[in-house]
Amino acid sequence: MSTAIEAPTTSFRLGMLIYDTRYRSLTIQVVFLVILVAFFVWLVDNTVHNLSLQGKDFDFGFLFVRAGYDINQTLVEYTNDSTHGRALVVGLLNTLFLAFLSCILATIIGLIAGVLRLSKNWIVSRLISVYIEIVRNVPVVLWIVLVNAIMSQSMPEPKDFRGETPAASMILFDSVAVTNRGVYVPAPLFDRGLGSLELGMFSVSLDLLAIIAVIIASVWGYRRVQASATRVQHATGVRPVTWWKSVLIITLPIVALKFALGFHLAYPELKGFNFNGGLQARNSLIAMWIALSVYSATYIAENVRAGVMAISRGQTEAALALGLRSSMALRLVVLPQALRVIVPPLISQYLSITKNTSLAIAVGYMDLRSTLGGITMNQTGREMESMLLLMGIYLTISLIISSLMNVYNRSIALKER
Amino acid sequence: MADPAYVRDQMLPPQKAPSTEVGTPRWIRENLFSGPLNTFLTVAALYAVYVVVGTIGPWLSRSVWNASTLQECRAIVEATYGAGKTGACFAVINERWQQILFGFYPRDLYWRPTLTLVLMLVALGPVLFTWVPRVFLWFSFAFPAVAFWLLWGGSVWLPITILLGFGVAYVVFRVLTPINGLLGIVAAIVAPILYWLFICGPLEEAIHSLIPLGLHQLYSDDFGGFLLSTVIGVSGIAFSLPIGILLALGRQSDLFIVKTACVAFIEGFRGVPLITLLFVASLLLNYFLPPGTEFDIILRVIIMVTIFSAAYMAEVIRGGLAALPRGQYEAADSLGLDYWQAQRLIVMPQALKISIPGIVGNFIGLFKDTTLVSFISLQDPLQLVSSIRANQEWNGIYWELFMFVGFLFFLFCFSMSRYSMYLEGKLKTDHR
Amino acid sequence: MKKTVLFGTLAAAAVVAGAAGAGTLEDVIARGELNCGSNAGLAGFSAPDANGVYQGFDVAMCRAVAAAVLGDPMKVKVVPLSSETRFTALSAGEVDMLSRTSTWTYSRDTDLKLDFVGVNYYDGQGFMVKKSLGVSSAKELDGATVCIQTGTTTELNLADYFKANGMTYEPVPLKDNAEAEQQYSSGACDVYTTDASGLAATRATFADASEHVLLPEIISKEPLALVVRHGDDQWADIVRWTFNALLTAEELGVTSTNVDEMAAAPGLNPEINRLLGTEGELGAMMGLSKDWAVKAIKAGGNYGELFEANIGASTPIGLSRGLNALWTQGGLQYSPPFR
Repeated sequence: MSTAIEAPTTSFRLGMLIYDTRYRSLTIQVVFLVILVAFFVWLVDNTVHNLSLQGKDFDFGFLFVRAGYDINQTLVEYTNDSTHGRALVVGLLNTLFLAFLSCILATIIGLIAGVLRLSKNWIVSRLISVYIEIVRNVPVVLWIVLVNAIMSQSMPEPKDFRGETPAASMILFDSVAVTNRGVYVPAPLFDRGLGSLELGMFSVSLDLLAIIAVIIASVWGYRRVQASATRVQHATGVRPVTWWKSVLIITLPIVALKFALGFHLAYPELKGFNFNGGLQARNSLIAMWIALSVYSATYIAENVRAGVMAISRGQTEAALALGLRSSMALRLVVLPQALRVIVPPLISQYLSITKNTSLAIAVGYMDLRSTLGGITMNQTGREMESMLLLMGIYLTISLIISSLMNVYNRSIALKER
Repeated sequence: MADPAYVRDQMLPPQKAPSTEVGTPRWIRENLFSGPLNTFLTVAALYAVYVVVGTIGPWLSRSVWNASTLQECRAIVEATYGAGKTGACFAVINERWQQILFGFYPRDLYWRPTLTLVLMLVALGPVLFTWVPRVFLWFSFAFPAVAFWLLWGGSVWLPITILLGFGVAYVVFRVLTPINGLLGIVAAIVAPILYWLFICGPLEEAIHSLIPLGLHQLYSDDFGGFLLSTVIGVSGIAFSLPIGILLALGRQSDLFIVKTACVAFIEGFRGVPLITLLFVASLLLNYFLPPGTEFDIILRVIIMVTIFSAAYMAEVIRGGLAALPRGQYEAADSLGLDYWQAQRLIVMPQALKISIPGIVGNFIGLFKDTTLVSFISLQDPLQLVSSIRANQEWNGIYWELFMFVGFLFFLFCFSMSRYSMYLEGKLKTDHR
Repeated sequence: MKKTVLFGTLAAAAVVAGAAGAGTLEDVIARGELNCGSNAGLAGFSAPDANGVYQGFDVAMCRAVAAAVLGDPMKVKVVPLSSETRFTALSAGEVDMLSRTSTWTYSRDTDLKLDFVGVNYYDGQGFMVKKSLGVSSAKELDGATVCIQTGTTTELNLADYFKANGMTYEPVPLKDNAEAEQQYSSGACDVYTTDASGLAATRATFADASEHVLLPEIISKEPLALVVRHGDDQWADIVRWTFNALLTAEELGVTSTNVDEMAAAPGLNPEINRLLGTEGELGAMMGLSKDWAVKAIKAGGNYGELFEANIGASTPIGLSRGLNALWTQGGLQYSPPFR
C-alpha cells in the first residue's frame, strides 16, 4: 500500500508561472530583467539620438590629442605637449596621493582625538568635543576654502624672505621654507644615480627602488635578530642584548647606500619670484590635506571612542589587576579589541575621504576631476565621454579600497572557535 | 581606685580636610594635573584656547553692523579704534542676510517658504515623536504636495490632482484584490501611472479653468541660499526613503537577478563622488531623456541627489533589517503572512524605528553636501557668497560671510545630531 | 510649446518640452521670458544687486533682446552659469542665448555647434601685477606664479605665450573671479591673468588700486561674443541684429532719451527711419514688431550708453572705449547697414 504523495504529474500550465512557487521567483526575475533591459535600451537610444541631434559622436580619441594646458603639481613628468590621456594619469595620481596622505593624517588625528576625548582631563576632553562638534557640523567645502584662505593670508610671501632684514626666514636650519604658495622642503638628489626604468608611459626611479629594497632587507634582518633573541630567551630565560645589532642592521645598509649613490639634499633657494630647487608641496595640496584630515578625523574620533567604550570595563580592570600601567592596558588589551569595532567604519571613512578629494576644485588642486573632468572636458567639449570615464575611475578606486579593507577586516575579525 | 585624671567625654569636632583635598583645588588636581602628561595636556589646551581667542577675539569685538560698503566699514573701524586696526564687518550680513537665507525669492513672498518650514515641522511630528496622534500621518503623507505648491506656486489643483493618483491606486487595489490578488497589485501600480500620464494634466486644466485658484507662480531660479539647500536636502531624503527601502529589501532577497541589480545600484552610486553626479545632472541628464524634454536644473539635481542618497539609505535600512532578531521573521512566517504582509506589518515598522538615527545622520550629511551644488552654479549659500563678493560694495570681504554661512550650517546640523543622539538613547531603553 | 507629464508627481509642473531644434522665438514668446546665460558675478558685466536683480554690460545685452522680442527689458531670467557649464547649458536649451564674456574661437564655433552672432566687447588677455614687484613687461615673468580662471581659453593662451617666449611659470587654477582675486591680493600669486576688461574691473574694486598695474602685453585676441545655438537661424538673426541696432543707434546718434521723439514720425535720415520702423518693414522680416529696435534702444540706451553706464570711464571699472569705439572713431565696432 503506497500512501506516499506522488509528485503531481499534470503537465505544465501557463498559470503555474504565477501560482507555483517553483516558477514564481523565476517569472518575477524574468519580468524584472526585461523591464531593466528595456530601461537601459531606452536610455542608450535616447543618448544616441540626442548626440546625433547635436552632431556629436562618442569617441575617446581626444585622450590622445595634445592637451595644451599646464599642471602645477605633477608626480610624473608632464608638459603642455603631453596628451589629455597623460593629463588624466597626472590627475589620477594626484587624487590617489592626496587620498593616501589624508587617510594617514586623519587616522592619526582621529585616534589621538578619540582617546583624548575619553581623557579624565576635563579641559582636554571638553576641548576635543568642541572641536569634533564644530568641525563635523559644517560642510567640508567650507573648511577647505577656509584653510586655503588662512594659508594664503597668514603665511609670508616668498619676497618676504628677501633683503637684508627679511620679514620671514626659513625654518629648520634654513632647509624648509613655509610660504603662502606652499611648503618647500629639501629634495633628495643622487650624484651617482642609477637612472630610471622606462615602463611605457612611466619612468620609475631606480634609486627609489634601491632604497625601498634596502629598507625592506633591513627590516627583515631586524626581525631575524629579534626572532633569534626570542629563541635564546625561551631556551635560557635570559634575553641577549640586541640593541646595537638592531641599530647597526637598520642604519648601516642605508648609510652605505647613501654614500654609494652620492646622496645629498638640494635646498630650496629663493630665485626670481619663487623658491627653486627642493620639493614643493603646493598650498592647494596642503589645504586639501589638512581640511580633509581634520574633517574626517572627527568621524574617526567618534568611531574610536565608540570602539573603546564598547570594550567592557572588566577588560581594563583585569589588565590593571595584572599590573599593567594604564597606557599599557590601553595599548595591549583595549585597543586590539577596540580595533574590531573601529575598523569597519574606518573603511567607509577612507572611502569618503577618497571621494571628497574631488572637492579639490574649490582650491584648484589638480586632481582627476580638475584635469579630466575639468579642463580636458572643457577644452574638448567631450562631456559625455569625460564624465563616464571619470565616474568609472572613481568607482574602480572605491571598489578596490573597500575590497582591500574587507580582506584586512576579515583577517582581524574575532576567530571564533 | 583612682579615677583617671581626665577622660575625654566628648568627640573632637571633625577637622576640615586639607584644602588641597576638597572642592575645587582637589578637582583641579585630580582632573587637570594628575601627572606630567596630564599637566602638559592641560597647559597645551589652555594655550590653544588662548591663541584662538587672542586671534579672533579682538577682531570680533571690533565689529561693525551698519555700513553700506566695505570701505565705509573699514573707515568706521579705524575711526573708532584707531588707525591700523581691523575689525569684523558684519554690515554685509545685515544687508544681505535675506539673500543668504532665501536667495532671490521675492521679498514679499518670504512667508511662503517660512510657512512651508513650519508645516514641515508639523509633518515631521508624527514621524519623529511617538506621542503625536497617528492621524497626523496623513498630513505627513500629503506634505510634499503642499510644500511643492507653497514654494513654487501655480494652480492649487495640480498637487491635488496628482495626489488623487494615490487615491486611484487605493480604490483600484481595494476593488480588484478580492477578485485576484496579483491582478490587484499590478493594477494598483499601472492605474495611477496611466492616470498621471493621460488624465491628470487635462483634469487639472479642466478644474483650473472652472475654479482658478492658485498662488503666484515662481521658478526654480528664484530659489537660493539655505532655502535651496533645504529643498534639495529634504526632498532628497524624502524621495530616497521609499527607494532605499525597496533597494534594501532587494539586496536581502533570494532572487538572484533582483539582488545583483540592487547590489550593483547601491555599490555603484556609493562608489562615485556626489560632485560627479551633480555634473551628470547639469551636463548629461538631458542626453538620457527623450529629445526635446527639458528639466529644470533643480529638479535634475534633486533626481541625482535622490539616487545618490537612496544608495546610502538602503545601507542604513539594511542595518536596521539586520538588527531585527531572526525570530521576528519566523514569527511572521508562522502566522501565515505572505512576504509583503510580513514586511508591512512586522518587519518594516521595527526596522525603520531602529534606522531613524541613521536616517537623520544621512540627512545631516546630505544637507552639508548640498553646498556642492555651488560648483554647478546653483545659488546655494556658498555661491551667493561669491556673488556678493563680486559686488562693487563688498568686494574683498571674506571671513564674515563664510563665518555666517558656517554658523548657520552648524546650528542646523548640530541640533539635528543632538536630536539623533536623544533618539538613540530612547531606542536603546526600549529594547531592554 | 507643449506640456509633457513625464514622471507623474515630480515632473508635472517642471517638465517643459520642445526647446531643441527650431522655434526659439516661439518658445520665448510663449514663455513670456528670455532665458539668458550670464556670469554669476563679474563686476560691471553681470552681478546681482541687493534686490537680486542682475546688472551689468552683459546683462544689458540680454535686456535689449528681451525688449525687442517681448517689449519688456525686465522679462529676462538671468541664468548664472560657470565657465564649465555655459556651453552645455546653451546646447541643451536651458538658455536661449549666452552673454557671458565668451570668446569666439574656431573650435567653439564649429565643433561645439554654437553660433557667435556679435562681438559685444573686443578684449584680449592681459596681466596684472603688484607695483611693488617691479615688473614692467610680461617678458620678465619667467618663473612667476600665475593665478588663472580654470575652464577658459586663457589657460591655453597662457601656456602658449610662456612656451613661445621660452619661460616657465606655475599656474594656480581657480574656480571663479572672486577666488582668483582673493588669492592674488593675498600674494599667493605674483600675477593674475584674464581678459583685460576683467582685470580692470577687478583692479577697480581694490582699496589700493594704484598699487596694481596692468602690463602692456596683450597676449591674445578675445572677441567676447553673444552666442546662440546652431540651427535656429531666425533666432540668431534676432540676437545679431538687436546688437547691430544698438551699434547703429550710437552711430546715428539715437539715444534712449531721444528715441521716442525720433520714432514718433519719420525724420530726414532714411536709415534712422528704417531702424526705428517708421519706414519699411524690417521688423517683420525677422518676425518681430515694427518698433523692435525702438524698444531695444529704450531698454538701456545704445551701445555707447550701455558701455558708459556699466563699464565706462565714469564707473569704478573705468574702461576706455579703445578697440570698442565705433569704426568711425577708429575702433572695431562696425554694424552692417540697415537696409
